[in-house]
Order: sequence, then structure tokens, then C-alpha cells
Amino acid sequence: MEQLVKIPRDYLILVAVTIAFAILPFFVSNFQLNLLTSLLYWAYLGTAWNIMGGYAGQFSFGHAAFFGIGAYTSTVMYADFGISPWIGMVTGMFFAAIFGAAMGWLTFRFGVKGHFFALATFAFAEMLRLIAQDWDFINASIGLNLPIIGGDSWGQMLFEETPLNYYNLILGMLVVGTIVSIWIYRNKLGYYLQAIREDEDAASALGVNTLNYKIIAVAISAALTAAGGTFFAQRFTFIDPSLVFGVSISIDILLRPIFGGSGTVWGPLVGAILLTPLEEFTREFVRNPPEILDFIEGRSGVDVMLFGVIVIIVVIFMPDGVVGSLKNWIDKATRNDKPKPVKESVT
Amino acid sequence: MSLLQVQNVTKRFGGLIAVDNVTFDIAEGETLGLIGPNGAGKTTLFNSISGTYTPEEGNIVFAGETITHVPPHETAKLGLVRTFQIVKPFAGLNVVDNVKVGAFLRNRNAGLAEEKAREIVEFVGLGESAERLAKNLTTAGRKRLELARALATEPRLLLLDEVMAGLTPTESRQIVEVIKQIKVQYNLTLLVIEHVMQAVMSLSDRIAVLHHGQLIAIDKPQVIASDSTVIEAYLGKEFEFAEH
Repeated sequence: MEQLVKIPRDYLILVAVTIAFAILPFFVSNFQLNLLTSLLYWAYLGTAWNIMGGYAGQFSFGHAAFFGIGAYTSTVMYADFGISPWIGMVTGMFFAAIFGAAMGWLTFRFGVKGHFFALATFAFAEMLRLIAQDWDFINASIGLNLPIIGGDSWGQMLFEETPLNYYNLILGMLVVGTIVSIWIYRNKLGYYLQAIREDEDAASALGVNTLNYKIIAVAISAALTAAGGTFFAQRFTFIDPSLVFGVSISIDILLRPIFGGSGTVWGPLVGAILLTPLEEFTREFVRNPPEILDFIEGRSGVDVMLFGVIVIIVVIFMPDGVVGSLKNWIDKATRNDKPKPVKESVT
Repeated sequence: MSLLQVQNVTKRFGGLIAVDNVTFDIAEGETLGLIGPNGAGKTTLFNSISGTYTPEEGNIVFAGETITHVPPHETAKLGLVRTFQIVKPFAGLNVVDNVKVGAFLRNRNAGLAEEKAREIVEFVGLGESAERLAKNLTTAGRKRLELARALATEPRLLLLDEVMAGLTPTESRQIVEVIKQIKVQYNLTLLVIEHVMQAVMSLSDRIAVLHHGQLIAIDKPQVIASDSTVIEAYLGKEFEFAEH
């Protein structure tokens, strides 16, 4: 009974994090608010990716597929048919879940695993990009613009005057996504997904229907990612196939959770908190380098290289991501695992 | 009444007959030891029973249900669970969470599963390592974890594949005690593959001997130990029984 009353630690952390991010905008410039919006947006997408790539260990290199489905579904419905992006968002989530489940079934059914699975997800995303490029109904490679409404509207999810609304919207989405993530992590579904990640044979010996659970993980992850795609479309007000189905989206989505610690609840957020400012810092560093490094000033691409090098260094030293490696170190430091003699422990 | 019936089971890999027309029963509450030289087909027989492999011929009946073509996750639900010779801990999860995965089979609620898992972790003597990551456990600890996880699914028939392999004699004796205790406590029927003869002799009610995929003997431990075919095939002429 006690356990029902006690609020799990992760939910308490979520409350604290939410309050902190809700207050933060009052102390920052417009430029920084924009940066923070991006931070939360990547944390949200990372959290979605993490359910499939982290918990279930099914590495996706093609989350752009779900992202693009979300972006295109809501945008086509809104721009062409005047249907509210909220309904479009839910519809996109539904389509992405169906697509994800079908993709999962096709690959898992035939035992596609590891690197080959990652390549397969990439192929599915590329396939959708190529289809989108040639499909006139969704304006092919020209892309789609959202209408200009000249103001703010929650109903149409467009905020031309108050970017703070985008910030609050994505914060809300992150909170919902994190609640889903924590709930999964703490319950049967999460345990089964992690068991599948660690050892499929052992999981199935313990009664886990690995095929079904993997498909469920992909569907949930896909649906959440699609909602992120709608958010992107509403914020950027323009989408085209390479923007939302392109490989760079897939990489950006998986970078934060892996850096922060895939398979952990807070890894994606920690990854986003660390990488978003780092990205900005390297950009600024190359724009105004210290005197000895004058020669890199303003050279395009150098900031990305620098960013890449830092990410690689951290990943070498923390192969399980920041949160994952910290957990591992703490466990090793406090190691004391001699089993007690049997008789003492029998009740 | 027999809980498990293995009827004329044959499993081939290409031209190789790994399990050849094997028939035996296990009674409810019995412990059957399965011995035989390396490559005799013990693990293949295990895999056929637990559903990892589908035998080419024959039938496997568990608690009145034919499970010949039933996959492992379904046999687990029916109450037939196996452990692995090469232990397969969920390395990145801690000990309790490992066991919880098993406990979720019969307890949807996370709190109940946790309670159940902790109880079993204590019971197999891993209480002090409950929060350790499984990958940081010793070999003996991992063997106990393998047991605990299977137990948490509340099996009726537990298949143990070489639990003692890789353990010191002291550790082996300890785990034999654990197995004896869980058998009573959880009212189990056991099918045990084991190379450590002392262990298998002291655990088993009957022992089955596999050789080249064929069942060459099945009887009480004392009888098996003095059976001339068994001695020739497996135990070796020097083997003396009942030294403990």
C-alpha cells in the first residue's frame, strides 16, 4: 500500500525540471528563448527516440520517417483543407504509429537486428523522402508553406508575435512525452523492452513476446516523434521533403539521447541541455576565435567539426552516455556483491 | 501423474541427428537429472522442450497440452521455464530489475512484481547485491540470478541447464542447497542438466542418460551409477558413487 502513496523519484524530478523551465523565459533574451525552444524540442524528440532506440535497444537511424509523416500530415490537412493542426497532429501520430508498426513487423519478423536494422530504418526514411519529392499532391520537392495569419492563435498553433507560446507548447509536449517515458520505464512494458535490449533469448524464455513488444515500442516512439514533426512545421512554417524526411533530422534526433545516455529516462534531456549550448558555443567560438586561432575565424564547417570532436571525446570516455556512464561508475564504486551464505538469507 | 511427456522426439540438424527418438516422462514434483557426454544432445533436447527448437518428429506434452510447436514465451506462460547454460543476465539492469522481468509474467502491477522479485532475490541469497548491476556480479552471483529470474515467473516445471558449470565446489554445494530449498518452497518439478555428478546424484529422484542423442538409461541414481552401459558411455570405469 505504501508504494501507491509514494511518488516515484522520476516524477518529482520532472516537476522540478518543469518549474525551472517554466520560469526560465522570464530571465532570457529573445535569442536565448529561441535557443531554449530548440533545446526542449530536441529533448522531446530524443525522449521519443529513446523509447525505441534506448529502452528497447532497436537502434533507429530513420526517425525522419515518423517526423516527416507528422509534419506532412498536419501541414497538408491545415494548408490544403483548413483542418486545425491539433487534429492534424493526432492524425499524424496515428499514421506514424501505423507506419512504424508495419516497418517493425516487416523487419523484426525476419529477424533483422543491430546494424542491419539501423540501415533498414534509414532505407524506410529515404524511401519516404523520395516518394514525397515526386508526389504532386503534397507539392513534391517544392514543399509546403503554412498560411500567414498575422498574429497568434492557439487554435491554429501559430504564434507570429509571441515566440514564448512555442516555448510553452514544446515544454508541455516534453512534459507529456516524459510522463509517457517514465511510465513505460517503471512498468511492465519498460521492463520487457529493456529485457529485449539486453538479451532477446533470455527475455523470451521469461515469457516476453519479443516481436509484439518491439513493434509496440516502435509504434509509440513513432507517434511521439510525429507530434514533434507537426511542432516543427508550425514553428518553421515551411516544410519540404529533405527538410523533414532528410537524414540530418534522423541524426539530430538520435544524437542527444545517445550523448546523454540512451535507455535512461533523463538521458535525452541531459543530452539536449549539454549539446544545445555546446553547438552554440562552437558556432560563436569560430565566429570570434581567440587571437592565436585567428585563421579559423568565420570558416564555415569548422564549428561543426569542433562540435563533432567534442562529442566524440565525451562518447569515448562515457560510452553509455553521460547519465548511463555515471550510473555505471557509481555502481562499480560501491561494488560489494559477494553472495551471502545461503542459510543466513533463507526466511 | 506426469507433468511432462516427451514422446519419440527427434531433432535433426541437416544430416546430424542431435536427439534421436527420445521418450520419457517427468512426474509432478519429481527431479529428473539429465546427464551425458558433451555433444550427447542434452541442450538440444532442452531447447526442443522449451520451444526454442521445433523437433522434426515426436510430441511434447506439458500439463496435458501439446507444446511441440509452441514458442518459448508461450511455454513460459504455461509454466515451463528454462535457464541457460551460458548465463544471460540482463547486464545493464540491476539484480532486482532482472528478476522483476520474470515476475511481470504473473503480476501486471509494478509494485507487486517488485515485492515478489525482492522476496526471491533474498531467497536465492542475492539480497546484498539487490541493487548491483547484473554485469558486475560474480559468476556464482549470475548463476543465482539466472535461477531467481526463472523462479519469478512462477513455473511448474523448471529446466536447469548446467547451473554448476564454472563454479567452485563450495559454490556448487551452496547452489545445490538453494535448488533443494526452492524446490520445496515453490513446489517445483525439475529437469536438470548437470555435469557435476555429486550434485546431480544428490538432487535427482531419477537420472536419464543421453548418448549420441539416444536415451540409453533412465532410472534411480544408484542404479544409474552401477549401470554398465552408462559407465562405459559416460561415467568412466573409475567412477565410484556415494563417496559423500
